[in-house]
Amino acid sequence: MTWLASHFNYVVVVILMMAGLFIVFSSGNLIKRMIGLAMFQTSTGLFYITLSKVSGGTAAITLKADSETGRALAAPLDPAYVAQFGVDGVVYSNPLPHVLILTAIVVGVATLAVGLAIAVRVREAYGTVEADEIDALSRVAAEQAEPAP
Amino acid sequence: MSTPILDASFALNVALLLMLVAIAFAVVRTRSLLAAILLMSVYSLASAAWLMVADAADVAFTEAVVGAGVSTIVLLGAILLARGETERVNWKLMIVPGVLAAVVGGVLIYAASGLPNYGDPASPANSHVGRAYLEATYRDIGAPNVVTAVLASYRGFDTLGETVVIFAACIGVALMLGFGSRATLAPPTEIPNDQHVVLRVVAKLLIPLIVLFAFYVQFHGDLGAGGGFQAGVIMAVAIILHALVFGLRATMAAVPVSLARSVAALGVVVYAGVGIVCIINGGGFLDYDYLFSPRVEAMIPANLLGDPNHVHHWGQHFGILFIEIGVLLTVSATIVTMFYGFAGRTIETIEAERRT
Repeated sequence: MTWLASHFNYVVVVILMMAGLFIVFSSGNLIKRMIGLAMFQTSTGLFYITLSKVSGGTAAITLKADSETGRALAAPLDPAYVAQFGVDGVVYSNPLPHVLILTAIVVGVATLAVGLAIAVRVREAYGTVEADEIDALSRVAAEQAEPAP
Repeated sequence: MSTPILDASFALNVALLLMLVAIAFAVVRTRSLLAAILLMSVYSLASAAWLMVADAADVAFTEAVVGAGVSTIVLLGAILLARGETERVNWKLMIVPGVLAAVVGGVLIYAASGLPNYGDPASPANSHVGRAYLEATYRDIGAPNVVTAVLASYRGFDTLGETVVIFAACIGVALMLGFGSRATLAPPTEIPNDQHVVLRVVAKLLIPLIVLFAFYVQFHGDLGAGGGFQAGVIMAVAIILHALVFGLRATMAAVPVSLARSVAALGVVVYAGVGIVCIINGGGFLDYDYLFSPRVEAMIPANLLGDPNHVHHWGQHFGILFIEIGVLLTVSATIVTMFYGFAGRTIETIEAERRT
């Protein structure tokens, strides 16, 4: 039970990641596959942010006023805990994963748009966005292109 | 190994994550692409709420504007163009991916036992390098928001790379879908003035406020949550809202297609230009301490704010400000160009289909 409480976030991250993977593998629809990839990507973000969380911490925006009084914010924390893990009397969550995921989200939407643009062009060329129909159409086209023996 | 503190924050964490799992299963189950896209929008909003619980204020901000706003618009544009409202079901093809996902998931959950507890302050990730940045940032940079300081100053070169990636995606979409400029050549679609009166009035009030908020987010990026990425997306959302309510032609008259694509390139030039100015003044690339030449630096009093103990880093302050403006320009113009590409093509394809 303690394990489930302390590792609950990882279990959820894995479930979300596998839901994204399942959509990518099982769906033949190119747009649904892009949705699956987007879900897979957000689960990676959740994993990084889970690692960066510090119990009783606050967002990594340094508080000058409170560093003077030496008072911890966000939760009534044990002073020994604050002294050991805080910076200037305030406990912060780790900001580095936040930086990585912040830019990854914006780059993610840019790459999502490129993927969808490819899907739109595929629809215009083949008249469908279902992978198996595209496969059949291109096989027919390849057979027609071959010279008769 | 400390056990997690079972407080209100932890309960909220569990509740929001369960909500995410429920939405994810709904996305897997639904056959309607429109439903899947709207569920992903809700999913993004719920994950933004969770990010706020996990203290990632800047990331929550980005996820809320990008995930719930822009991705939804791009996906909706794509299903309109691809006519893929519903996907077909083939249950036989579900077995292998299902087994695969279950096995990989089982292995990953087993492997998760080796990871530190949720909220462990002594975990390797939180105790060494993360703590070092928290201790050094205010002294080195003078910006209270550590996330912006790391993003724009310590790792400014990385962020330049990411800005270039976004610009490259802009070029990619424009190459595949065009700039949408043919939408201005099509005969105007008559929208009667009495249609959507409430939407028009509300949008007219909201758009200036959204733009104003974008500027607030932009210029307070180093003080609180926010920055160029978030502000750029908010700015683009204001333009997209205008296009949705008043039509694409009206928006293209206000923000021309050529302006959008040149601003996307200009943002990268501004960002890289700041780096080159630093080189000219004797520092490294993007070393903001050398942004001003020594003569200019001498003209600025060190304790301008009246606090003799606080040494202000003017180079860092303005360096972050300038590169964030570059990021704002590229991100907003890229999203607008992409939107024009998708939306402009819609009119083109409808025209083409009508003609044949």
